[in-house]
Amino acid sequence: MTSLTSAPESPLPLGRPQYRRTLSARIIAWLRANLFASIPSSIMSLLLIAVLGKAFVSLVQWGFVNAIWIVSGDQTGPCRALRGIGACWAVIPEKYRFILFGTYPFSEQWRPALATLTFIALFYLTTRRSFWGRKLVATWIGALVLIGVLMWGGIFDLTYVSQDRWGGLPVTLILATFGLAFGFPLGILVALGRRSKLPAIRSLCVLYVELIRGVPLISLLFMASVMFPLFMPDGVNIDKLLRAQIAFVLYAGAYLAEVIRGGLQAVPRGQYDAADALGLSYWKKNGLIILPQAIRHVIPPLVNTFIAFFKDTSLVLIIGIFDLLTTAKTSIIDPAWQSFSVEVYIFVSLIYFAFCFAMSRYSRQLEAQARSS
Amino acid sequence: MTISTPEPQRRPRWRTSWSRQRLSGLLWQILVVGIAVAVVGWLWSNALHNLSVRRISTGFAFLGREAGMPIADSWIAYSPKDPYVRAFLVGIINTLRVAVIGIVLATVLGTLIGIARLSSNWLLARLSAVYVEILRDIPLLLQLLFWYVLMQGLPAARSAWKPIDGVYLSNRGLILPSVPIEDANLWVLGAAVLGLIALYFVRRRLVAQQMADGRMRPVWPYALGLVVGLPALLSLAIGASWTITIPELRGFNFVGGLTLAPEYFALLIALVTYTSAFIAEIVRSGIQSVHIGQWDAAKALGLRRGFMLRHIVLPQALRVIILPMTSQYLNLTKNSSLAVAVGYQDIVSIANTTLNQTGQAIEAIALIMLVFLTISLGISLFMNWYNARIALVER
Repeated sequence: MTSLTSAPESPLPLGRPQYRRTLSARIIAWLRANLFASIPSSIMSLLLIAVLGKAFVSLVQWGFVNAIWIVSGDQTGPCRALRGIGACWAVIPEKYRFILFGTYPFSEQWRPALATLTFIALFYLTTRRSFWGRKLVATWIGALVLIGVLMWGGIFDLTYVSQDRWGGLPVTLILATFGLAFGFPLGILVALGRRSKLPAIRSLCVLYVELIRGVPLISLLFMASVMFPLFMPDGVNIDKLLRAQIAFVLYAGAYLAEVIRGGLQAVPRGQYDAADALGLSYWKKNGLIILPQAIRHVIPPLVNTFIAFFKDTSLVLIIGIFDLLTTAKTSIIDPAWQSFSVEVYIFVSLIYFAFCFAMSRYSRQLEAQARSS
Repeated sequence: MTISTPEPQRRPRWRTSWSRQRLSGLLWQILVVGIAVAVVGWLWSNALHNLSVRRISTGFAFLGREAGMPIADSWIAYSPKDPYVRAFLVGIINTLRVAVIGIVLATVLGTLIGIARLSSNWLLARLSAVYVEILRDIPLLLQLLFWYVLMQGLPAARSAWKPIDGVYLSNRGLILPSVPIEDANLWVLGAAVLGLIALYFVRRRLVAQQMADGRMRPVWPYALGLVVGLPALLSLAIGASWTITIPELRGFNFVGGLTLAPEYFALLIALVTYTSAFIAEIVRSGIQSVHIGQWDAAKALGLRRGFMLRHIVLPQALRVIILPMTSQYLNLTKNSSLAVAVGYQDIVSIANTTLNQTGQAIEAIALIMLVFLTISLGISLFMNWYNARIALVER
């Protein structure tokens, strides 16, 4: 018995060296396999290490070693003396309330903060598979109503705050979320319309989708801000934010319609035939049989469209709506802080990145699940 | 009895299930089209009323009026005294200038990064993954503002950075050495383009001959003759001058050379880096879609990695890549309209100024849409043609 169990311990006949022994040997083996596998690869690795090392050192020096974290009041003299050598992070504690919430009344800013948290909770619940279905629709309606109450106020002892005082992160989230909440049903209708057998409806849907997708979003936003008032009867004055929101709904509807149409095409013909054989009406057939399958097919591209859409809300800067990017850009108009836009842009980039990165991680996870099932 | 005889013949036309479907379809169409027409008509009548109240005349007559709008960066002769139509032309050229160069550079950079993501070198693969992740998850407009701020933060012209002799980077933009643009030089350039077109047909013929008898024929002598030799001979014959003018600092600004304005440069960098991240992902998934057996087969033939990539893998990956790539090209073109945020005068920016000067909102936005729909259609047509050309021909 002893001779049998000890048999694997004896040296293998193959001449392969055993790297399992020590940590350093394992590290060397990894380096050789992944960084220095061949001469060109080694040259590339050394080059990259040199460049990255240099970049890393100067970044740490600018962002940490030489950085100024706090100044008293508007005394930005020391910061300006260090321009280009060290970052002035003091601009963030000074301006973060304005960047995040814009001109919302200062003492009431817990309300947009709570609305932002509601948004994040809503997004989190939406990603839970156990939540998909009727419950999700109810949650969305409930959450959007709650956010409306928080932002506007006017009831429950909350003072009324009109839309033109809203700003910052909540506005970005509102534009994106309401745009999706209304754009999604619109997209479903248009996608169905584009596959409809009725020629008039089909061509109307094609015209809508191609027209919106063929032009830049900015031209739609210009339309909303300068052309829309021309198209309204006298006395009707729709708020600028709402006009931009309508433009976003129309924009999202067209792009989502194309994604959903892809899903509809992936549903096998037999499903349609089976639904017809059961004698279901058009709406029952699509609502109960076809759409649930179609949407499940396209969840990853849908999430990618959401990410693109979230980033696109920043374009309202051009028509002067106070979203996150606009408040960031405005916060550095202040003469004392004028030259520290890089720091502010990095701060805002991190916020955008956090949202988009979470979504893209989620999309990748979904793709992996789809592949394994 | 007399009544029932014609019945059986008419019945098929009035079969209930069929007719009800048809009838409801017709009603739906009438309803939807009716609503659409009513809404558009209502909006239109409001617009006509509002325009007449504000005394804004409709129509494109304003295009002939003097624009009075300064344009800093123009490739064709332009002065503020020129009519609006010429300002729009400058805008279209500026849009195309950033879109075409952006598409070329983004394709090159994106392909390189996409291939680097699959590299066996761990550091290179991780670095490209980080690049893609960061650039994809930050709004393009924010990146554009960031680049523009960096450009403005560059030293003044007097203390410009000088990475290589004759290349200056300052807050006036990027200044490069250039050759004079004269008729003779343009003729030579035209000859080179003609040579390229001729080379395409020669190569096609050589490949056809190789297909016929299996003998490989070198292409490079023809390439040398047509693309280099022909223009060089022409250049000697007509005496074109190719002296490179090196930009020089005189006083506060540069003289000579080619200047890329900071607005243009920032827009180009932002568009190229942002789009290249998406193109990298498309290229990566395209390469990964090629079956592993193809790599193995190529390896078994003893091909080198570069040759394998160029001749076995990429042609097959191209079929998967081409359609998503088209939509990236369209996105880049549409995104070039963000120029208005940094003050580069593309078509959107010029239409916006026109709109503010004349109040012709409908016409200005209609022109923007027309230009972009035309460009989009052009790119789509070209890519569809290319897609049909490289599509798999099943035998």
